Amino acid sequence: MSEKVLLRFEDVASDLTQIDNYIADGGYDAARKTLTGMSPDEVTQAVKDSGLRGRGGAGFPTGLKWSFVPKDTGKPVYLLCNADESEPGTFKDRAIIENDPHQLIEGMIVASYAIGCHDAYIYIRGEFADGYDVLERALADAYAKQMLGEKLFGTDYNLDIHLHRGAGAYICGEETGLIESLEGKRANPRIKPPFPAVHGLFGCPTIVNNVETLACVKHVASRGAEWFKGIGPESGPGPKLFCISGHVNKPGVYELPMGTPLMSMIENEAGGIWKGRKLKAVIPGGSSVPVLRAEECDIDMDFDSVSKAGSMLGSAGVIVMDEMTDMVSSLRTIAHFYHHESCGQCTPCREGTGWLEKLLIRLDEGDGTDEDLKTLETVAGNMIGATICVLADAAAMPVQSFVSKFGDEFRARCNTEAQSADKSGEGEARA
Amino acid sequence: MPKVTIDGIELDVAPGTNLVDAAAQADIEIPHYCYHPGLSVAGNCRMCMVDIRALSEKQNNPLPKLQIGCNTVVQEGMVVETKNEKVEAARASVLEFLLINHPIDCPICDQAGECKLQEYYMDYGAYRSRFELEEKVHKEKATAIGENVMLDQERCILCTRCVRFLDEVTGTHELTITERGDHSELSLAAGKTVDNAYATNIVDICPVGALTSRRFRFQARVWYLDTTDSVCTGCATGCNVEVHSRRGAIYRLKPRYNADVNGYWMCDHGRTTFEQNAAPDRLQSSLVRESERFLELEAPAVARLAARALENASRVGIVVSAGVTVEEAELLARILDKLGGGPKILVSPETSEIADDGKLISTDRFPNRRGVEAVGFAKLADDTPPADVDALIIVRADVAALGDAWKTLLEGLSTTVVLDERVTDTLGYADHVLAVASHFESAGTFVNRDGRAQRFEKAIDAPGAAVAGETALGDLLAALGGAALESEGRGLAAGNAPA
Repeated sequence: MSEKVLLRFEDVASDLTQIDNYIADGGYDAARKTLTGMSPDEVTQAVKDSGLRGRGGAGFPTGLKWSFVPKDTGKPVYLLCNADESEPGTFKDRAIIENDPHQLIEGMIVASYAIGCHDAYIYIRGEFADGYDVLERALADAYAKQMLGEKLFGTDYNLDIHLHRGAGAYICGEETGLIESLEGKRANPRIKPPFPAVHGLFGCPTIVNNVETLACVKHVASRGAEWFKGIGPESGPGPKLFCISGHVNKPGVYELPMGTPLMSMIENEAGGIWKGRKLKAVIPGGSSVPVLRAEECDIDMDFDSVSKAGSMLGSAGVIVMDEMTDMVSSLRTIAHFYHHESCGQCTPCREGTGWLEKLLIRLDEGDGTDEDLKTLETVAGNMIGATICVLADAAAMPVQSFVSKFGDEFRARCNTEAQSADKSGEGEARA
Repeated sequence: MPKVTIDGIELDVAPGTNLVDAAAQADIEIPHYCYHPGLSVAGNCRMCMVDIRALSEKQNNPLPKLQIGCNTVVQEGMVVETKNEKVEAARASVLEFLLINHPIDCPICDQAGECKLQEYYMDYGAYRSRFELEEKVHKEKATAIGENVMLDQERCILCTRCVRFLDEVTGTHELTITERGDHSELSLAAGKTVDNAYATNIVDICPVGALTSRRFRFQARVWYLDTTDSVCTGCATGCNVEVHSRRGAIYRLKPRYNADVNGYWMCDHGRTTFEQNAAPDRLQSSLVRESERFLELEAPAVARLAARALENASRVGIVVSAGVTVEEAELLARILDKLGGGPKILVSPETSEIADDGKLISTDRFPNRRGVEAVGFAKLADDTPPADVDALIIVRADVAALGDAWKTLLEGLSTTVVLDERVTDTLGYADHVLAVASHFESAGTFVNRDGRAQRFEKAIDAPGAAVAGETALGDLLAALGGAALESEGRGLAAGNAPA
């Protein structure tokens, strides 16, 4: 794809954070066209027709999600933009926020109009200090130009967008954790049902969409569902941001059509593996998804293809690992993250994430045993699907895939002396 | 009502019921920690996982993942398995997770014997530790978080029952969870202690030994305690309680569920009401005045002598507190009939310095006002003593403490018969004294502030030669030629209860 839409700021000379430049480039035309020419249901239908699937990680069809908002409850409806991007290996939303914030605001106007929301929130990750400043200014500019506020584009439609800064917890990116946090509480994810579309922020119908998803909504509104659907595979089309990091020559955010082959993006966009080394493994969708061995990497990067390969597109955080990578140590780092970020609410996650890290520290430092390795796998297995939110799965899936795909490395690291000592100890205990 | 099948048993369950409660209807226990029927659903312990084989009539395929029973509401045609291999493996796994950082200090833990960690581990546990002891997360032990409650952070499984109780039932918000992951802790809110009037309920609902009662701590091993159903006498609400006792001593009171009275709870004051039961001022024998001295006699003998004296009086009145039972009040009414009638006086004040709190605490500090009123006892205007009597039967009421006017009356009486459980000033004026059992030591009925007659059972023996009030009054009535109650210790309850 030659023309960039989500990363248009890379192609145009002017600074798109400036609202005048954004407007001169055709900005806010889509919002005007939508609010003055379409009914909310037509907008939702267009988003359904476009085939847009959520870009936050789960890939749920966006238009379908919107249609779950019950009509005529008499309660306000809220749109929350999830800008709490914190999955390790993921930095795409940040690119949009810092460089083209009006694209997001425009997408939010269209989405809010579609679901009947008059108060929308952007929940931005606390560490995104620059992004916060950019968005704060962009929102002020949008109000000044009457793109936000009352009677937008001469219609009776009113919309306020509020900017809320997180305080530094990964779990706030889980949509119900985000809602709790926005309500001023500890970000413990809620049990579902009820789902946010019915019982969300302040108990009202709420839609939570990712930054990139809402940016895509803007482009569906401006270029149409057909255009969007024409990019990439039918099961999950559209332009897509890929965050390529790790052992490549040119790490960065790349906009490519959904379905671009993984190896092609590593070779052609990211400049190939660094230092002339060979590829060992790729985590294709942020640190929580199963790792792929080099020989499994001959896949297209879209929701269904990656999941067919046994992993997930997730947040499209493509973490590339070269042949020198120590898989035990890498997994220890990942386990440390999820241990640190577990909210501690559900038993299997609270206790399991810490246990996984302890086992991995032992294994990484050469003190582990075969028994530890077995325990590692069963503990991970016991965490999956057992909790309120998917953080437990996010911690366990990398463990399962690293150990199953790089088992030799883990076994080689086990301490045979400790093992025999362990065994004799057990014998004594039995005797 | 939705029809559901749990472990092959078909049940009709009220709409809105969750699976934990539905299964309980068929005596199937779905083990759980965080769920409590009196609180909102938290869904965090993950112990109550069940296998949904069919969600409803329409969606009759098995669900791929186990679901938590506490947050799954019954639907017509739902089919659930709570005991299969998959479910039991999940339970074993949750228990393993709960125990890896648990101190397992059962030998010094008060909860031992009534601990859900112990109980479920016996049923579903893995029985082999895979966790290195030295890697356990350590936290604070034995921290007093209020007058009555002790917290042990290491034992806490973070089920948040206590947090939800203080948020939802008392609305006092003293506890919260701080920190994250396996370093999460139950913490006091800044500047607060758990000292609300219902604080000890969090000890009851704590499924493990994290919250223990400072009054009960280290007093008894729970498996030695006998349990008796009773009713709290702390006020007119009549919270249903269990008396936990051993060898004649009461160790604690715990609330007993009654949807219409106290739900799952009781107040902390009510829990202390047993503490005076074994006090040194308990009256242990029945007495007859012989010139300036009391003579100890068997209760029936005292009753006979009292009957003779009362028969010689010209007009007898009866004074009671609202602490006498329905049965005692009924017998007193019959006694008075035998003696030709007279005033039936109730002396207990209806209000106190303690206000109704809109929950369980009543300003009326007596357990049976409605019960004694139902048989004709009534307060006198301004509590002035009756002028037209020359003999009184005084039951569980220290009338000498009511003021000089009463003392003057007592001095002028020809006969004074006193029934009480303790030594009071009134005894100084008595001619016949019958030592009676407390309500912990006898069975009977109280009628609470809402007119509900509630039975209580005998938990322990009365001290010394004290007898049940019903027995003593029965003897007195018999000595006067009257008939005893239809069946001793059984109820007039229902018959006498106002609607």
